[in-house]
Amino acid sequence: MRWEALYFAVRNTKLLVGAGIILVLLGIGVIGPFFIEKPPSEYVGMQMQPPGAEFWLGTNTFGQDLWAQFVHGLRTTFLVGALGGGIAAVIGMVVGFLAGYKGGWIDEILNMLTNIVLVLPTLAVLFILNAYIGVRSAGMQALFIGLTQWPWAARSIRAQTFSLRGRDFVDLARLSGVGSGRIIAREIAPNMSSYLLLTFILLFGGSILIASSLDFIGLGPTDAVSLGLMLQQAHQWSAMHLGLWWWFVPPGAGITLIVGALYVANVGLDEVFNPKLREL
Amino acid sequence: MTLEVDDLRVYYRTLKGDVQALDGVSFGLRDGEILGLAGESGCGKTTLGKALIRLDGRMKHVGGSVTLDGQVLPIGEDAKMNPYRFKQVSLIPQYSMSAMNPTRKIGRMVRELLESRREKLDLDELHKRLELVELPKDVLGKYPIELSGGMKQRMVMVISTLLNPSLLIADEITSALDVSTQKAVVTTLKGFRDRGFVKSMIFITHDISLTNQLADTIMVMYAGKLAEKAPASTVVNAPKHPYTQLLISSLPEVGVRYADKRLTGIPGNPPSLLKPEPGCRFRARCPLAFEKCAEDPPPVEVEKDHVVACWKAA
Amino acid sequence: MRRYFGRKLLIYGLTFFMAVTVNWLVPRLMPGDPVASMLARARVAQPEAQEALRVYYNNLFGFDLPWWQQYLNSWGSLFRGDFGISLWAFPTPVADLLTRAVPYSLALLVPSILLSWVVGNRLGALAARRKVLDNTVLPVSYVLTATPYLWLAALMAWGFGVVWGIFPVAGGYSFSMTPSFTWDFFADLLWHWLLPFSSLFLVALGGWAIGMRNVIIYELESDYANYMSALGAPQKLIRRYAFRNAVLPQITGLALQLGVLVAGALVTEIVFSYPGLGSLILAAIQNKDFFLLQGAFLFIVLGVLIANFIIDVVYVIVDPRTRVGMAGAAA
Repeated sequence: MRWEALYFAVRNTKLLVGAGIILVLLGIGVIGPFFIEKPPSEYVGMQMQPPGAEFWLGTNTFGQDLWAQFVHGLRTTFLVGALGGGIAAVIGMVVGFLAGYKGGWIDEILNMLTNIVLVLPTLAVLFILNAYIGVRSAGMQALFIGLTQWPWAARSIRAQTFSLRGRDFVDLARLSGVGSGRIIAREIAPNMSSYLLLTFILLFGGSILIASSLDFIGLGPTDAVSLGLMLQQAHQWSAMHLGLWWWFVPPGAGITLIVGALYVANVGLDEVFNPKLREL
Repeated sequence: MTLEVDDLRVYYRTLKGDVQALDGVSFGLRDGEILGLAGESGCGKTTLGKALIRLDGRMKHVGGSVTLDGQVLPIGEDAKMNPYRFKQVSLIPQYSMSAMNPTRKIGRMVRELLESRREKLDLDELHKRLELVELPKDVLGKYPIELSGGMKQRMVMVISTLLNPSLLIADEITSALDVSTQKAVVTTLKGFRDRGFVKSMIFITHDISLTNQLADTIMVMYAGKLAEKAPASTVVNAPKHPYTQLLISSLPEVGVRYADKRLTGIPGNPPSLLKPEPGCRFRARCPLAFEKCAEDPPPVEVEKDHVVACWKAA
Repeated sequence: MRRYFGRKLLIYGLTFFMAVTVNWLVPRLMPGDPVASMLARARVAQPEAQEALRVYYNNLFGFDLPWWQQYLNSWGSLFRGDFGISLWAFPTPVADLLTRAVPYSLALLVPSILLSWVVGNRLGALAARRKVLDNTVLPVSYVLTATPYLWLAALMAWGFGVVWGIFPVAGGYSFSMTPSFTWDFFADLLWHWLLPFSSLFLVALGGWAIGMRNVIIYELESDYANYMSALGAPQKLIRRYAFRNAVLPQITGLALQLGVLVAGALVTEIVFSYPGLGSLILAAIQNKDFFLLQGAFLFIVLGVLIANFIIDVVYVIVDPRTRVGMAGAAA
């Protein structure tokens, strides 16, 4: 089973292209900052320089190096996406497994909670929370995003758990006196591991998009630079009107590339795991 | 002769190669005849049923021909096959419970379906047939979800036979039903034949005892090939193929429903059809196997209407 | 059906209750005297305004009362439509600012949501199971849906507004105009509306096209589609049935996406300085005008809940199964 998945994985163009883009950008975000000596907010050169040999992505109206900002921004964006998506996935799994496996009143309550958070416009909630908290870190932003993005994951995991609950191997485990937690961890979760991975990838991409909106509206991390914050500053200091396209095109393209690559890799992975979707 | 199938070969395309699910099957079906098609799952009976009306995306027509009422059916070409479907060949599917569009009222669905085939809906005839299967007229104004399982099954039976096809394929339609409902379905199908709604019928099932109640002829398949074909009473009382014999003897008694598990009473598993070895495909499980079985046994008519593909029987 | 709506309304009621409670709780959880810190951080110029605000807000918060009375009072003022007074646009009541901005936001949101949904569904349905179309529509859709709303808005404002100078890049109408019921003003409105609308429409379009494509492929493999094919029904009819059935989960999807779409509209408004709720929220955040921010929050929650309810009603009209009462909608 595992080997078969690998066999199809290395032959799936969508997965390879998506994963390739993500790895390249991740590599830039992780390694890149070590090659840039000065902090990204330092005024290093002439103002409003177009991209060139010295400053690969040019400089902004303050003379800050946009390549340095981009590299550090990639790092923050990946961090917030992975952390936010991870937290959301964990909450979604806990709620989904519990509701789907336990059923009864636990399911009723969790389901109600899920539906409430689901209809709540989460970005508006994030506005309020972030606005009252004056000093914000990237980690805190990710935490809040994670706390609001889990409902749809919980709902689909609940449905899957529900259908697995009635299977023979789960019955067998239950009859042999295995506790709920162990059954979920040993029998149910491994049986939907591919699905959980796909869910996490989608939450990852979603968190990056939400973070970029928060950054743009002025509620981004106050201790770091991110791709969304670059866009916010570009807008705040009229980069569009000044024609400084190198200020706002790269960060937006970076976000689109990461999220798009995640989605495409997700489709590819789905084809790898789900034989029905494979093309002959 | 309504139907003549000659050396039909249909393979499944998979990533590992072609699965020879139907490998050279020949038989005929007379006007008014009901053929029971039996065998373990994976023996090719469902593939045969699909081949006669609609190949699914992974199936390909490799060789052989199907002739219905003197016309050769273009079974390998989906679009060319369309004019024959419903009118000449029709199907009662395994999934009758979900065969109707859930968001259309049944009457409207039937009308749209007929219009799309350029047929006029004869409402009186439809009402008559509904009455025959004991469905009230007002089911036509209902959505499928408002009908019980049995009602849906009967509704689908009426729809499929509305244009009086020459050949009706009933694919495992009783496997999900309880015994009394199974009997009712069998009686209804017989009634359809007797009234001339369908000229001939292939009734696919893994349940030989049920087949015996309905079919004139029973054909047993094994691993993509014909094993034995004979009048129903002959297959049940005097089978010649060792596989048929084991199949029949594993039944508690004729007329009593037998469960699917019983078939595992024959030790061993059917061979892989990916690259089957030459020779009789049953020989690994056959108690009577001998050297000759390394060659393919040809189907031989041992007596009138009794065809067996076994070296021992000939 | 009554049960279906009862359940939905219960959830919406609880959601609103929770939103109001969070709104009430958050400022009280923050350390220190909220009114003092708020006024200190706010940029209110006139000293008399400062004093007037302090009195007003101390009354509004009612800190000398027990907490449950403060809480009930906040519900009372909510039902009176009293959201407080804006610090940023002192002394305009928050409710006035919001009601003035809402029409602009709705004018962007409603057409872009509905049109992107309709066109996206059509596009996805067309692309499903048709190689050439699928290979073009799908990649484009993935790029669109991965694009941050604000970035596409910025690109369009820069390209069409700054570089080619075809469209205005800021405002709901030209500065030289005064709002009136004239064709000139209406045309000017439309002119300013077109770019923000288009960018919202495009990003949302991709998601709907992908969703519809996937659902319709699933529908085309369903039992009823197979049965119809076996009976020789033409592809046209089968696709029509599949589309009709695939629309149902897309309606549920619309309800689930509302929050994201509203968020997209808010940031798009900010890019184009469009005078809707988004620009108000930006102003509120930049000027630490928490009453304006909290009022906008409640407005958005209320709007999303109303929209959800409308979608529920539409769902019941479109899906016969909910009316028959044997099965509920997925949501």
